[in-house]
Amino acid sequence: MSYVYYPGCSLTGTARECEESIQSVMRFLGVKWTELEDWNCCGAAVATGVSYLLSLALPARNLALSEKTEADLVTGCSRCYLNLIRAQHYIQHNANLKRDVNAVLAEAGIQYAGTARLRHLLDVIINDVGLDTVAEKVTQPLSGLQVAAYYGCCQGMWTYAQFDSTEDPTCFDRLLAALGAEVVYYPLKQACCGGTLSMSKRAVGAPLIGDLLLAAIAVEADCIVTACPLCTFNLNSFQNEAGRAKGTKFNMPVLFVTQLMGLAFGLPPKTLGLHRNVVPPDPVYRKIAAGAAASSAEAVASGTK
Amino acid sequence: MAESKNDVRIGVYVCHCGSNIAGTVDVDDLTSFAQQQGSVAVARNYKFMCSEPGQALIKKDIEELGLNRVVVASCSPRMHEPTFRRVCEDANLNPYQLDMCNIREQCSWVHKSGATGKAKALVSAAISRAYYLQPLERREVLVTPAVLVVGGGIAGIQAALKVAEAGHKVYLVEREPSIGGHMIQLDKTFPTLDCSACILTPKMAAVKAHPDIELMTYSEVVDVQGYVGNFRVTIRRKPRYVDESLCTGCGICQEKCPWKADSEFDCGLGQRKAIYTPFPQAVPNVPVIDPEHCVYIQKEGKCGACLKFCERGAIDFTQKEKMVDVEVGAIIVATGYDLMDPSAISRLGYKRFPNVITSMEFERLCNATGPTGGHITIDGKEPKSVAIIHCVGSRDEKYHTYCSRVCCMYALKFAHLIGEKIEGAQVYQFYIDMRCYGKGFEEFYQRASSEAVNFVRGRPAQVTDFAMTPEEKGKLVVVCENTLVGRPVRVPVDMVILCPAMEPRADAKEVARRFNLSQSADGFLLEKHAKLDPVATANDGVFIVGCVQGPKDIPDTVAQGLAGAAEALALIEKGRVELEAATAFVNEAACSGCKICVSLCPYSAITFSETEKLSHINEALCKGCGVCVAACPAGAIVGRHFTDQQILAEVAALLVDTRPATVAV
Repeated sequence: MSYVYYPGCSLTGTARECEESIQSVMRFLGVKWTELEDWNCCGAAVATGVSYLLSLALPARNLALSEKTEADLVTGCSRCYLNLIRAQHYIQHNANLKRDVNAVLAEAGIQYAGTARLRHLLDVIINDVGLDTVAEKVTQPLSGLQVAAYYGCCQGMWTYAQFDSTEDPTCFDRLLAALGAEVVYYPLKQACCGGTLSMSKRAVGAPLIGDLLLAAIAVEADCIVTACPLCTFNLNSFQNEAGRAKGTKFNMPVLFVTQLMGLAFGLPPKTLGLHRNVVPPDPVYRKIAAGAAASSAEAVASGTK
Repeated sequence: MAESKNDVRIGVYVCHCGSNIAGTVDVDDLTSFAQQQGSVAVARNYKFMCSEPGQALIKKDIEELGLNRVVVASCSPRMHEPTFRRVCEDANLNPYQLDMCNIREQCSWVHKSGATGKAKALVSAAISRAYYLQPLERREVLVTPAVLVVGGGIAGIQAALKVAEAGHKVYLVEREPSIGGHMIQLDKTFPTLDCSACILTPKMAAVKAHPDIELMTYSEVVDVQGYVGNFRVTIRRKPRYVDESLCTGCGICQEKCPWKADSEFDCGLGQRKAIYTPFPQAVPNVPVIDPEHCVYIQKEGKCGACLKFCERGAIDFTQKEKMVDVEVGAIIVATGYDLMDPSAISRLGYKRFPNVITSMEFERLCNATGPTGGHITIDGKEPKSVAIIHCVGSRDEKYHTYCSRVCCMYALKFAHLIGEKIEGAQVYQFYIDMRCYGKGFEEFYQRASSEAVNFVRGRPAQVTDFAMTPEEKGKLVVVCENTLVGRPVRVPVDMVILCPAMEPRADAKEVARRFNLSQSADGFLLEKHAKLDPVATANDGVFIVGCVQGPKDIPDTVAQGLAGAAEALALIEKGRVELEAATAFVNEAACSGCKICVSLCPYSAITFSETEKLSHINEALCKGCGVCVAACPAGAIVGRHFTDQQILAEVAALLVDTRPATVAV
């Protein structure tokens, strides 16, 4: 299986910590990929407002570039994934649209044929690398760490439809369980974090973030684990605003999925970008250390090594 | 054959069908075109060929012009082939000398221009085929004057009673230990609110009492052989371990049996014994022993309480499964529906929260014979607020696109019953559209609306126990967009009732195969014609009634049960049935004995003789579908009325360009 990696703007900007952990963990898992050459912004949430055709042409260009490599196009960003698969889907089902998009791409001297194979990072980890391999590579089991797996909403619509259930996805839970973590029942696992409303309309966005944090506290989670850079950014960066909206103070660590994987694999926190997290993940470290101490004490007590 | 070329005299009749055909096809042009074709003695057109004068026209021509082939260019043969075949017969022409040419459904109706050219091609093809048509003989067989009814719900009960009332033998086969079906589980019925058991049990008792109805409960049809008028059906009778002829239904065995299991009848909300009748009014009132929970059976002879206490000695652990063969002329399939398991839609919390229940579970909770004696309580607690969620799995592309048709009405009924039983209870209806279409339904809707019910238009996203406000603590919260207000709402309640889709039985595919029926895209069994032949099927002599064909309420189901009985009676009363003449036969000299045809025949009409090394077609079973004809690698099978010669002539004529020749310059 060969891959070409499309980081997208978030992962190279505000979500650098996610990107660093993705690279470290995938290297550790032995997944080789090259970065998609000359990639462009997928249009994020704003291109649709500017021009419908632009909102499809931007991701289509990335798809077209990946076709030349004949490798699977992997992205770790939910919004990038959504835009790419949306473009792929619409263009595939509408010949006129394909003609129009290709007319735009022709200006840049490329064409989208429709053969690109789009993959989500989680899909590659769970289905190509496999949960068994992931479990085998764990050197620092997360036993005793209670995690809330937050799937997010953009993903619920499209990503999970490709390899899991949209109604009730469980792949993320299974992945975290393979790391030895205790996955708690998280009632808002598919609720919306507000997306860009946290910036553009905070009065609406902040309470949504607050609800997610309150729910995690209510189910006694030690941290929230995310699979989307924007969710990670929102949940980390706006805890003060969310706290004001809900009349409380939050200090809930929020980790991107590969950050937690890296910890379970025993990788140094710095290589996982954990030093960049707005909410310091120290309680998570302490919990992991306590879990390790408890299990080694147990091992000693039972006389085994 | 013996006819020489000059002997073939074809009459072509072009129908205007009002403006249906004449609106797009130039019927005069078409008629003169037909007139010029070889062997055509006469070609005419008329406003309505199927009308009495139209028929008279054809009859007169056959008699006066000595026609020996008739081509009617009109609608689909499905509609009027029988009509024109009868006209031919009346004029002493073999009905198989007729060819219907459809220039309506696939021609005049679907083309704005060019319809005349296409009609010419079609008529030319039909004339070419008609040239080679041969007279065929129809045969008649006697009909066995008995009817098999499969399924003892309200549909099957109604059908069985009506056939028996007409004085014919009925075998009523039911899979469960008692007849009654889903209806006997219901509490009250909309819109009149009469008690379901009160109106159904008299019918159940009548079934038991009727001398012409042989009731076989705890039994299943395992095999169906034969054809319309003469079916041979094998029924498996599961061992009851109770001798029906000795048991008086006193109930002492059930009282003494120490072993319990969840009651299927009460949807698992209550318990029953290992020896049980599903409900007090069961018919027959003879218990069955559930071998999975009976310790005597599981642990070889330990326990035996029922054996000791039964004064009649009716308990019989030596009973074995029995196969019974019956012969019937017609079969009525009334196997009903399954209620969808809503745990598939996990966000609605069914099976995660004990106070999220299905509509059927609510019926049992509400019912005086139910597990709570008719008190609406879960774990002893009475809800003060209830949410009823409509369209769970219905009208949902992910599950079933169809509407289950009864949920709106029973949801209104639930609201009324809750209001009656729990003072001050708040009821919320989460609906998409209120569909109250039947007689008395709108009035019931108005009545229920005037009671204390809150209507929230929207499909709930989630049922959660996660409280966001103090008021939500300890409650179930229904999260929904109220689409009339355009805002999300969170409604905290004590109980949630889901209205799951009515779906085809889990084994609908198997049932379809067993009775040689088709399923529609939604999985329910397929009727012959959605409007005009609603209970007949593609398999002659087999009728489908009730929810096996699609979701229905009780009045519609009863009407269908009666319709099925009428169909079966029409067949039996006539006493004779005509067999298809357009069957296939094997040209024995050409048969290589490869057996390909045997496995392909959908009607099991082909057998293989190992001694002769030849295939034989039972013409009584053959429907003339042509699968074997097409599949035979040796070309040894001939389909009567669709011979190679006829079809090739038709195709050849179709491929001739009938357009005026363009002049080359």
